[in-house]
Amino acid sequence: MAAVDGMKAIDPVLLAVLKGRLEQIADEMDATLFRSAFNPIIAEAHDASHGLYHADTGETLIQGKSGLPVFVGAMSFAVKAVIDKAKAENLTLKPGDVFIFNDPYDGGTHLSDFKLVRPFFRRGQIYCYLASVGHWHDVGGNVPGNYNPVATECYQEGMLIPPVRLYQEGVIQDDIVAILKSNSRLPGSLYGDLNGQISALELGASRLDALLNDYGDDEILAVMAELKASAAALMQSYISDLPEGSYSAEDWLDNDGITDKALKIALEMSLKQGRMTLDFSGTSPACDGPVNISRATCIAACYVALKHIFRDVPANAGVLEPIDFIIPEDSLLSVGRPKPVGGYTETILRIIDVMFVVMSKIAPDQTNGCAYGTINALSLAGHRKNGARWVMFSFFGGGHGGHPNGDGLNHGNAPISTATIPPLEILEAAYPVRFTQWALRPDSGGPGKFRGGCGAIYEIEMLEEETDAFLFGERGKVAPAGVVGGKNGALNIFTYPNGGGEAHPPMVSKMVGIHLTEGQRIRLETPGGGGYGDVNERDPASVAEDVRLGYVSPTAARNDYFCVVDTHGILDSAATQSLRKHS
Amino acid sequence: MSERQIVIGADVGGTFTDLFFLNEVTGECATAKVPSVRANQSQGILSGIALGPAALADVSLLVHGTTVATNALLERKGARTGLITTAGFRDVIEMRRRDRPDTWGLWGMFDPVIPRDLRFEVNERVLADGTLHTPIDPGDVKAAAQKLLENGAASVCIFFINSYANQENERAAAAAVRSVWPNPHVTMASDILPEIREFERSSTASLNAYLQPPIGDYLELLETGLMEGGLDGNILIVQSNGGVMSVETARSYPVRTAYSGPAAGVIAGAHIGISAGYPNLITCDMGGTSFDVSLIANGESALAAQTSVDFGLVIRTPMIEITTIGAGGGSIAWVDRGGILQIGPESAGSDPGPVCYGLGNDRPTVTDANLVLGRINGEKPIGGALERLNMKAAKRALKNHVAAPLGMDVMTAAEAVIRVANSRMAGAIRLVSVERGHNPEAFVAMPFGGGGALHTGALIKEVGLSKALVPRYPGVTSALGCVIADMRFDRVHTINVLLDQLNLEDFTKEILVTISDGEARLRESHAIFEDQEHIIELDMLYVGQTHTVSVRLPVQAVDVETTLRSELILDTFEATYQDAYGRLLVGLPVRIMNLKIAVIGKRPKFDLSVLGPSSTASVDAAKTGEREIWVDGAWCTATVYQRLELPKNAIVPGPAILEQPDTTIFIDPDLEGNVDRFGNLVISRKTQ
Repeated sequence: MAAVDGMKAIDPVLLAVLKGRLEQIADEMDATLFRSAFNPIIAEAHDASHGLYHADTGETLIQGKSGLPVFVGAMSFAVKAVIDKAKAENLTLKPGDVFIFNDPYDGGTHLSDFKLVRPFFRRGQIYCYLASVGHWHDVGGNVPGNYNPVATECYQEGMLIPPVRLYQEGVIQDDIVAILKSNSRLPGSLYGDLNGQISALELGASRLDALLNDYGDDEILAVMAELKASAAALMQSYISDLPEGSYSAEDWLDNDGITDKALKIALEMSLKQGRMTLDFSGTSPACDGPVNISRATCIAACYVALKHIFRDVPANAGVLEPIDFIIPEDSLLSVGRPKPVGGYTETILRIIDVMFVVMSKIAPDQTNGCAYGTINALSLAGHRKNGARWVMFSFFGGGHGGHPNGDGLNHGNAPISTATIPPLEILEAAYPVRFTQWALRPDSGGPGKFRGGCGAIYEIEMLEEETDAFLFGERGKVAPAGVVGGKNGALNIFTYPNGGGEAHPPMVSKMVGIHLTEGQRIRLETPGGGGYGDVNERDPASVAEDVRLGYVSPTAARNDYFCVVDTHGILDSAATQSLRKHS
Repeated sequence: MSERQIVIGADVGGTFTDLFFLNEVTGECATAKVPSVRANQSQGILSGIALGPAALADVSLLVHGTTVATNALLERKGARTGLITTAGFRDVIEMRRRDRPDTWGLWGMFDPVIPRDLRFEVNERVLADGTLHTPIDPGDVKAAAQKLLENGAASVCIFFINSYANQENERAAAAAVRSVWPNPHVTMASDILPEIREFERSSTASLNAYLQPPIGDYLELLETGLMEGGLDGNILIVQSNGGVMSVETARSYPVRTAYSGPAAGVIAGAHIGISAGYPNLITCDMGGTSFDVSLIANGESALAAQTSVDFGLVIRTPMIEITTIGAGGGSIAWVDRGGILQIGPESAGSDPGPVCYGLGNDRPTVTDANLVLGRINGEKPIGGALERLNMKAAKRALKNHVAAPLGMDVMTAAEAVIRVANSRMAGAIRLVSVERGHNPEAFVAMPFGGGGALHTGALIKEVGLSKALVPRYPGVTSALGCVIADMRFDRVHTINVLLDQLNLEDFTKEILVTISDGEARLRESHAIFEDQEHIIELDMLYVGQTHTVSVRLPVQAVDVETTLRSELILDTFEATYQDAYGRLLVGLPVRIMNLKIAVIGKRPKFDLSVLGPSSTASVDAAKTGEREIWVDGAWCTATVYQRLELPKNAIVPGPAILEQPDTTIFIDPDLEGNVDRFGNLVISRKTQ
């Protein structure tokens, strides 16, 4: 493989060495927050991120490897928001200043994500910015944990803090801390996370100082510029390898939680002369409910998809350099205040899905079937016999798509995150619930030459007299797509008891205030991944093996794969041959 | 009995079997290195012993570090294993904690060690508070066991939800299984790990069951082979926690041997470092495919709670904390499409190995770069398996894959490969030192394994470590560790109780029973101990947190009944928390998650000075000549020494190459080496 022609101004050895050193600084900032954070969404699920950003443009220079992937793209907008504010208000930033905010229209994502941005000074000048983002446990609003599926304004989702100075010249502004704490149901958790983020920024600053003292300010700046140039050149070379032309794909959100009407995400990808245009014209207009996103979030989601497809391109702003965006201002992908954005995770998962599908039409060997495509945020809440309030909040998993190397992963995490989920034993020890099932879901993986991974079935029994349930999910109506001839995965199904029978939410995958009593059970059946390639190309022996292991039923083997397999997984080769011939 | 004076440490690695012989009466030592026999590791041990100074009949104790378990897991060569579990939960080991192998890219795959059709469910349930919700029906369990046997299972794991809180159902099920199971390969999850978190517990227990038959067979072969060879003494096996256990215990808990060999190396490192006056050190083991580092502070190794052998293969049992990166001698150097020089993670391993081995690989490795730079002697490769190394082929590979794409000459390219490899290794050292709040200046690097000593000088400069200490026999460090390792039993039990609701009487009783169990096992081993030690620790946290801090209680078994009070536990927790995070969270209730007890039998150590240089050694005799080497962009002349011929207090100024049968040491031009009285080489910056 020939190297891409890039700038050769910098010693390539120094470049390789310093790339590692710089990434280690961001990684160490991640690790500091994970260890000291109070809330499990950061401590266990790693819903946070850290990096170094350009002094003038806010562009991502260096990003940690362990943080939440979607933040990698969003953080540069957060830093830019601080730079713009300073410019607009003619503020002089001083060493020791730290800004804090969660305004999603400027900095991307949703209100739960608090961003801390710290100008880093050398020789009296801003050398770069260090930033930290973390998902706080509760930031006010109508629903504990802030996943409010019926919000119609951001004010129902939580407090909204614009970029303000948490520190001025090294002095913490206790007034601001007091405002933040008084707006949360869990002020202790908030205070712990805030301190963790401050520590991470301090650590990053001291590590960066040491590195600059060792290697020189200008050398490191040149290295960071070269890393960006190298990522851009690499990205451009991959784009140039693809056939020029325009390709399109569309996918759907179930609804906005307010009106049961599907919302379209449309993408046209055009490739020309080493550049890629991502045009979202044709996407549904902004909606009343919380599945809108800001422009920054939309770009961040595209970045995540590109990094999944071109995984060896270094994580910095260079990735986006050969990319042009067309995001209609009236669409649900570019909203401003006060449109609700709390369910942004669902919308950006759909953006990643259309990116995979469109790529499958251009370069079938570089893509995969869509993953399960919903985070399924479930809250269970109530009061214990002694009157104490409890809230159990968790996300759930599903299948990954089939891919050119094999079947999709069973029960993986969402492409936008690297988060794990808590053990059911921890949940049972902490909350009055009992899981009655925690299992793979047969026949949920999309059929194909390479099958989509299986989703899961989670069934939970309530142990207290009264419990309220809240669900924020998607993929109840349009299933995760298969690619390159592969079939779709199974839909998301949520079931709760109602009047002696079973019911599903009127909004399919979103619901507030489901009232449950002791002994009643709810069940979540999550989607599998989409399949990859034509089912007729799947080896009948693999289908039989899937039946033997219970990933696929004999009925599905016959209907979806045209294979005749008995309940023990024994293949009838002759019958299969004849069935496949006529299929 | 007086004739049985020899203790043997035997470390079996992928390529070599290393032995260390110690005469406990005379203090005499010897070493041997022979090729490993993969099909039957005991054969390698026997042929190594045949080269040694003693007959097997003279051996009182043989301590063994093994990689059989690790290899069986990595190559998926364990037994056909079944699982009997709670209805509704047979997929826990396959669903993991809902993760994926790589942050970027969604092409991950996972193959659980127990296939889904060998995972049977039975009706039973324990609640989180230990309440028996649904008792087991032994008939159901027997039927499941029979079905597993019919399906060819050779081993079985019993794992029930919440069994950490109440073992009753698991015990009853294990009894039912044993009544029909034809062999001893029955693993009960709460016996392996009575700790909360169902995936981690079931994964560890399943891997244990998967390993029982192959490890059992292996130990059988080993014992038979050694006994037929005349061994009448005892055999002990090194565990991942750095302690040893009896063969019987290893048969029941094979999962504890996963990092047996590397742990022995770290134990040896600690002993060598302490003896030489360096209780703060970082061991660096560079092999063919990986670089392993481990930090020892004040003579003590850090223990990690769990590790993943491979994606999804989680083992949760206390083990010496070893951080691994994919940068070894066989790691391949390449230039990516963005024009950045990369080392690894792909490796040529030992077969085909580096280009210079001439066994078919044509992509340059770290070893090839060291050869081209003159740091390795191409005419006398270590290990003895190859006649000579192919310099021309190594240069060609570097030219094609590194020099040409980067637009540089071959020598510059070779040096670039070493610098980037060094920076990756330095990153691993920083990770365990600087990132854990340790000041690197207080630490020395200790390279062992075949290749580490070529890179140490650069590492101390890059990370800011004070010195490097190269043990006298770096290639047999793990075998030496086997000889001195203590015997150790660890038990972790989740009790999950608020401190102010702790039943002190029951709690004290559990501590005493656990300790006396451990002591009984020490006695059963028939090994010699100088002393015994207990470590009583609690994993504690504020209510609402998920990460715990490990709190070591200042009590001993003899006085635990009189001294252990809730106030003492709280004070110790607060002191530990303050130390870790710099502040306390006043007013929040405190929870005890786990009780962790270690019972340690201290084995006799020996005086390492017996390994030291002979009194007749001299620097002049050690000098064997000169070699041209490439350093910092130019050729220079390095003096070459026979390392083992150097006398104590010898000073070796860089640039120098020190050769010995199991490794090559490179001293940079700005560094110098000093030989201490143990024969260790201490490398530091030149004094002038």
